[in-house]
Amino acid sequence: MSNPRVAGVGLTHFGKHPERTGRDMFAEAGLDALDDAGVDPDDVEALFYGNFMGELAEHQGHQGPLMAEAVGLQAPATRYESACASSGVAVRDAVRTVRNGEADVVLVGGAERMTNVGTAAATDALAIAADDLYEIRAGMTFPGAYALMARAYFEEYGGTREQLAEVAVKNHEHALPNEHAQIRQEITVEDALDAPIIADPLGLYDSCPITDGASAAVVTSAEYAADHGLDAGVAVTGTGQGGDNLALHDREAYSRSPATEDAAEEAYADAGIGPADVDFLEVHDCFTIAEVLALEGLGIYENGAAIDAAANGETTRHGETPVNLSGGLKAKGHPVGATGVAQLVSVTKLLEGRHDRAADVADAETAVAHNAGGTVASATVHVLEVAE
Amino acid sequence: MSESVPDEGFDEWLDAIADGEGYFLECEHGHGSLPPRRVCPQCGSREIAETPLPDSGAVSTFTIITVATPQFEDDAPYVTAIADFGPVSITGQVRGVDHDEVETGLVVGIDTDRTVTNRDRLVVFEPR
Ligand SMILES: [Zn+2]
Repeated sequence: MSNPRVAGVGLTHFGKHPERTGRDMFAEAGLDALDDAGVDPDDVEALFYGNFMGELAEHQGHQGPLMAEAVGLQAPATRYESACASSGVAVRDAVRTVRNGEADVVLVGGAERMTNVGTAAATDALAIAADDLYEIRAGMTFPGAYALMARAYFEEYGGTREQLAEVAVKNHEHALPNEHAQIRQEITVEDALDAPIIADPLGLYDSCPITDGASAAVVTSAEYAADHGLDAGVAVTGTGQGGDNLALHDREAYSRSPATEDAAEEAYADAGIGPADVDFLEVHDCFTIAEVLALEGLGIYENGAAIDAAANGETTRHGETPVNLSGGLKAKGHPVGATGVAQLVSVTKLLEGRHDRAADVADAETAVAHNAGGTVASATVHVLEVAE
Repeated sequence: MSESVPDEGFDEWLDAIADGEGYFLECEHGHGSLPPRRVCPQCGSREIAETPLPDSGAVSTFTIITVATPQFEDDAPYVTAIADFGPVSITGQVRGVDHDEVETGLVVGIDTDRTVTNRDRLVVFEPR
């Protein structure tokens, strides 16, 4: 079985759209993806859809069929919930379903409505990705959990708030031309260091914003793409998923992400590549420290070595291995359930040469998308390559 | 959140902590975890038994949270820490010490207290 193709992609603007319903945002992204692919909706055999906090934000469960209806599909639809990795997991199932011959065309996507509930309620909703009994009831927040990891990392390997700020500065710069991005504003290290602290040592600029938005992609078999004359030059050649204990305190280490390590190992083996073959990446940078942990978990850097990558220019768009050319979650925004597929959208467009930052990776052939849930109790890794 | 129906396993554990008779679950391989559990989260063993918590633990990582969830609105800023008590690690709030004096390695005891915001019970650590 040949590798599935990404035949079309769609994305709403990521930002504050408190008045927009999830169903409307997903309809926009889904229809854009179908149009981009040139695929007849009647040919779509399944919808795999990611969403995290729909019950809390919109009083809406059972979103699979709702979203299929919104894009005019007569197909079975399933919602995936794995916190911030919800649509990454949906991508994995779309890829496997097409690969194993169960379907030729799958629509995969995600949506999240978050800003309508306000910052406090959104913080509360995000926190439920942690262990209710033992973390949330102790006052743990999502930024708080990453702050615990940041301090553990600093203690074990060394590191400073300045180095983390460089990650934010880089991702903000990357987002400047991205019309889908929530924050298109250059910042300096000083801006980041002067920003209010959310959970020491992480400040406001170490954190991704709260975002509304939706994403979608049409995944087809290579055979379907060829038979229908689709312009589908990017293949998903590797997929991997890792898991870990839910509560941070039950982990072996707080300064590493074993779930990412496992997902990467599986995806690389699946694609027949290694980290040295990766030309650029979109990684899950919900907080600046998360990008550091991701790059180490993905084997792009040794443990303890990625903290300097942005400061040294290695992961900027002019560097050897550009990371988060779309702005990442940090600047592009993080509508939780939409993020995994949004990364797939960015990587596909970059490999196809039709992304705002495509010129920075003009010769790239191999890229990775990494999506993490909670404090990385879930992680997915996908390898995408330019198909011959 | 609701006080009317206790969470079996968890509320008994909080009661025991409050009485100074804290325990954890230890598997046959010495892995520690917190109730309610039927298997060890590290190795999957079903041979787990209540074991007294060591008298003191040590802070392994911590943060001062300034932006809290609504349930902790009036508590902020507060220190959340993970403390290691032998083979088990526990998340709780550090109290009874200035925030800027909390550091990794700080030796703490465990107790329960109430949140400022809603008077909910929570796990607290205090320097020993
Ligand atoms: Zn065990």
